[in-house]
Order: sequence, then C-alpha cells, then structure tokens
Amino acid sequence: MSLLEVDGLTVHFRIRRGLSRRSDDVVHAVDDVSFAIEEGETLALVGESGCGKTTVARAVLQLAQSASGSIRFQGKGLAGMKPRERRAAMRDIQVVFQDPYSSLSPRLTVHDLVAEPLRVHSHMRARDLERRVLSLLEMVGLGTQHLWRRPHEFSGGQCQRIAIARALALEPKLVVLDEPTSALDVSVQARILVLLDELQERLGLAYLFIAHDLAVVESVSDSVAVMYLGQIAERGPAGEVFDQPGHPYTVALLGSVPSPDPEARSGMRVLEGDVPSAITPPPGCRFHPRCPFCMPICEAEPPRPRMVGGRWIACHLADDFDLTGTTPGRAAERTVPHAG
Amino acid sequence: MGELLTVQDLKLEFRSMRGLVKALDGVNLRVHEREILGLVGESGCGKTVTGLAILGLVQRPQAEITGGEIRFRGENLLERSETAMQRLRGREISMVFQDPLASLNPVFQVGDQIVDVVRVHKGVSRKEAKETARRALAAVGLPPQDETLKRYPHQLSGGMRQRACMAMALACGSPLLIADEPTTALDVTIQAQILNLLLDLRESLGVAQVLITHNLGVAAQTCDRIAVMYAGTVVEEGPVAVVLKHSRHPYTVALYECLPHGRTASELKTIPGTVPDLIDPPSGCRFHPRCDHAFDACATAKPRPVQVGERHWVSCFWAEQQGGTRPVEAEA
Repeated sequence: MSLLEVDGLTVHFRIRRGLSRRSDDVVHAVDDVSFAIEEGETLALVGESGCGKTTVARAVLQLAQSASGSIRFQGKGLAGMKPRERRAAMRDIQVVFQDPYSSLSPRLTVHDLVAEPLRVHSHMRARDLERRVLSLLEMVGLGTQHLWRRPHEFSGGQCQRIAIARALALEPKLVVLDEPTSALDVSVQARILVLLDELQERLGLAYLFIAHDLAVVESVSDSVAVMYLGQIAERGPAGEVFDQPGHPYTVALLGSVPSPDPEARSGMRVLEGDVPSAITPPPGCRFHPRCPFCMPICEAEPPRPRMVGGRWIACHLADDFDLTGTTPGRAAERTVPHAG
Repeated sequence: MGELLTVQDLKLEFRSMRGLVKALDGVNLRVHEREILGLVGESGCGKTVTGLAILGLVQRPQAEITGGEIRFRGENLLERSETAMQRLRGREISMVFQDPLASLNPVFQVGDQIVDVVRVHKGVSRKEAKETARRALAAVGLPPQDETLKRYPHQLSGGMRQRACMAMALACGSPLLIADEPTTALDVTIQAQILNLLLDLRESLGVAQVLITHNLGVAAQTCDRIAVMYAGTVVEEGPVAVVLKHSRHPYTVALYECLPHGRTASELKTIPGTVPDLIDPPSGCRFHPRCDHAFDACATAKPRPVQVGERHWVSCFWAEQQGGTRPVEAEA
C-alpha cells in the first residue's frame, strides 16, 4: 500500500462570463491523473504553467473539489470520510507554498505562525508548546533571536524556512511543496533544497514536489510525473525519465532547458507554438498540435497510458519507441516510424 | 570588432528613508559590435539598475550617478541632455523588460504602438511606419499581417507579447538591445523560442545585446561574454565559457556550484551568509565577508579589475595573488 494513491483524478472549473454570468465553459484543469507516492519518497510533478500541477496538489490537500477519481491516503479514501475524520487525516498532509510572503500572515510573529497548527490540532501545555516551537525553528536553521519577529523582517529564504517549520509542526507524513524555491535566488535555493533533503532523511517525510524547473526536479526527486494540459504524459523513476525520456513532450521539455555548461552548447531544441487552451483542449492526444511525431491516430484518439520499461507513457508512439540507448538529444531527431 | 558600449567605474546611489543606498559601486563592462553580453547575478545586485542607467532612465532626485562614465560609440552618455537621450532611446539603444504585459499599453492595438515609436523617431508617414512595423513583426517571427497589427496585448500569448515588445524595440534599427530578464516570465519551451530569437536577431540584423538574467543556463547558452555582478559591482567579466568553467572570482565559482543541474540535493554547495545591505555595504571588496579566500587586504581596499586573459577581467585580490595575471593591456 502506498502512502498516497491518486487514481483517475479529474478536476473541472466552470467559468462564468458576461453580464448574465451564464456560460457553459469548463476548464479541464486536471483530467484522469493517476500516481502514487511511497513513504519517504519524493514525487515531482513538472510541467509548464497552466498544466494543472498546482490543481492536483490542491485536490490532494482537499482545497479543490474533484469531479471524479479517488485520492487515498494510507489506504483510506479522503472523499468518503466524515469531516471530523478527514480533519484528523489531513494533519498528516501539510503544505509549503511558493511565495512565503503571501503564505505567512504579516501580523503574526514567527512564534505564533509556527505554534498555530499545534494550537489548532493539539492540546499542548504552554511550556511544551514553547519547547516544540523552538525545536522546530532549530530544525530549519533559525534561532531564538528570530522568535518574536514578523515575516517582513526576514529574507525570502528565511521566510521559506518559517513556512517549512510550520508545515512540520504536526509531524506530517506527506508534505506538498508547491514551487518552494521558485521565488528564491540560486544560492538561497540551494540552501533550501539541502534543508529539505536533510529533513526528509531525518523525519522520513514523503514529498509531493511541484516545480517547473527541471534541474531542481532532477536533483531532488525519486520519481517524476510530467504533466501537459491537465494530463500526465509520462511518469516513472527520475533517473529513467531524465536520461531516456519516452514521451515526445518530455523530450522537448528537457531539450528546452538551457544548460549552464557553455561547452555543451547544442542549441536548444525548440518546440513550436503555445500551449492550447484548457477550455477547448485539442481532441485526441492533447500534445498533438505541437508534436513533431504527430500521426493521424494522434488527432483522433487520446492515447492510453502504457507501461514501457519501468514507466507509464501516454503516447501512441510509445510501443515503437526504442528506449534503449537513446539520449534526449537523439530522441528528437529520430525519424517518425509512420509519417503522418 | 569595435567596442559599442563601455561602462567604466559607474557609481550610483539611491535616496531612501534609511539613508543612501549604494546600489552601484564600480560597474565595468564592454559590449562589442554584434556581441551578446550577459549581465548575471542574484536579485538586488544591480543588473537592472545598470541597464536603466545606460538608457538614462534613473533620474534625480531619487537616484544620482556619482561617478564613472557610460560611453556609447565613444560618446559619454552622461553628458547628454535629456532631449538628446530621448532621441537615443528606441533608436540607438532599446530595452525590453521582464513582463511584456506590463510594458505594452493595454488599450492600444499592438500595431499602433509600434507605429507610434517609428513615427516619433523617423518622422515618416503613418503608411510608411506601418510598413516598417510589418517588417519588424516579421523579423521577430510574428505573422506580418494586419490581423497581428490589430491585436490588443491581452489577445496575445506571453511569448507573442515578448516578440511584439522586441519588434517595437528594434523597429527603428537600434544597434544595441538591452533585454532585462526577457524570458523570466515565460515557460521553458517558450523561453527557448525567445532565446533562439535573440540569437537570430544578432545573425540577421547584427543587433548587439546586453542580456540581463539571473539564470546562468540562459546566459551560458546565448551569450558570447558575461559580466557577473555582486552587490553593485561587476566582479568578473569575460568569455562565457572561460568565466563559467574556469572562473577566477570566488563568487562566480560559488554561484556556479549552487546550481542544481546534474547534482543531487545532498551534493549541492551553498554560499555562507547573506547578501549585504547596500546602505551599509562591507568595506573593501563587497564579497569579502562571505569569501573563503578573503585576507586582510580584502577588508580594507576595493579590488580593481585586472585583466587575466583575452577580454577577461577579474576584480579580486586573491585571484591576482594566484598568478597568471597580466597587466592591463591597452584596449583596442
């Protein structure tokens, strides 16, 4: 049994426009997404803006309502629980958001920010509470001198540490990290990534790590799910996905990342066009209008995810892809088996 | 290749409630004809301010340039009048910004906004200006049809908006483009498109560029040379492969090692301490409190740029001591 099992998750948003506020437009934010996270493991959700990665996280946190599909935590479906039961279960799932300045109340001191979840969920004595807050702050590298300050007195990196301390207050099993380092400079980012890694080791945490920066994802994750327009294009062990991407979108995404090694100047592989609207997603495979390997079947039929090697790939070409010995560079240059 | 732009020992201060912010303290850089120079560094290091200062867009009384010079084709821009600077902006030096939606006017069609720029600078008829706008759109990879000209900014995607901004910047044939984080607001696949466009523009129009970015990957893949900034100073400037792979300045080394590319989290290196407050910056070299190699001199005197290779300068006493340095040669 996995710690978190998400099966066929679908989240739709209805949008209302115009004076009458009537419209039947539906944003297909997340469509039939499945994945699992094991205890102590990091699963990264990657993709471009608007691909639905944050919506998946919000659904896991019960902050967005799913249209269908199930989310099971430690074997129990969260949707079917009574409110009281769910509240208890949600203690074990905590979150750290992207922008620490907007996720920490500017009016509370660091002490109160970190103590709040403890006050809400447990009946600790004042002295125990104090001790717990201090040990949490120490865990993330902050000291007693910071206790009575407010968020505006801290740098972005320090604020993110406070947010992490708050998320860990209830000893969760799973922490959702929604772009935890995107707002930070590289030198600060490195320190937060090191801290998250240490905490995972020490506390046996599982992470659902949401990011658009593939280099960050590669350095922290055990497994990766690549999302495109609300669906998972490819999912599998991080090493395999990064070394031998199987889905044309993964290939393109990895090829677009500029390498900091000026000697490895291969020329970035460019994907034409923009991401289509999630209100009217393309029929068939959602990636087909931008896919260099598009075949007639791709326009007509959405591909079912298939197991190839150790990975799930949602692509009609997946069977034909010879995944042995391909590099991200070569995969894109391969000729199309059935020219379409 | 001759030097197009030279910034020498530029110093700039901002007034604030808490005191004078010494935002730039000794910025030295050179941009040659048809060259893409990357200006890299972490937030608050003065990259954008340098770009704005080149265009004369930091103004008194809030800001004051307290020293140095900015030479464009040999002429010191700091001595130019405001009217003369207005003629220069958009015609000889142009700038594009990070957020294209914020730099386009939401209530005018994109075409009209480009036409306006052309008419102001070239004094041509509306019809001619429209032709120029079309050519500019084609140059940046947008369909040069009326349909594109008639779009409002909100009707364009992020990547298309940035292209439109570039069309506007280049419509009058500027030989130098300052691009301030042009891809930071964009997704990676779109970022790759825009970076390729920057390279294309250099090939097709011969536009030299100052590419301001915090992303070393972007700099590594696009620039010929880069200048690394820390707390208002350029610490190292040189050919991109040399600066990133054979860095001479301890800050450049440390910054490169913070990158997660190809490293697991446990292998990541970090820089101790925090970026200094520029109201009360450290004495001597501004990096010395965080530097592993700092010695006495670093705290008392400010290192001057020393040439250590072809078009490669470093401002660091330790790097000088490490040898291999050459005396500053007469510049071409």
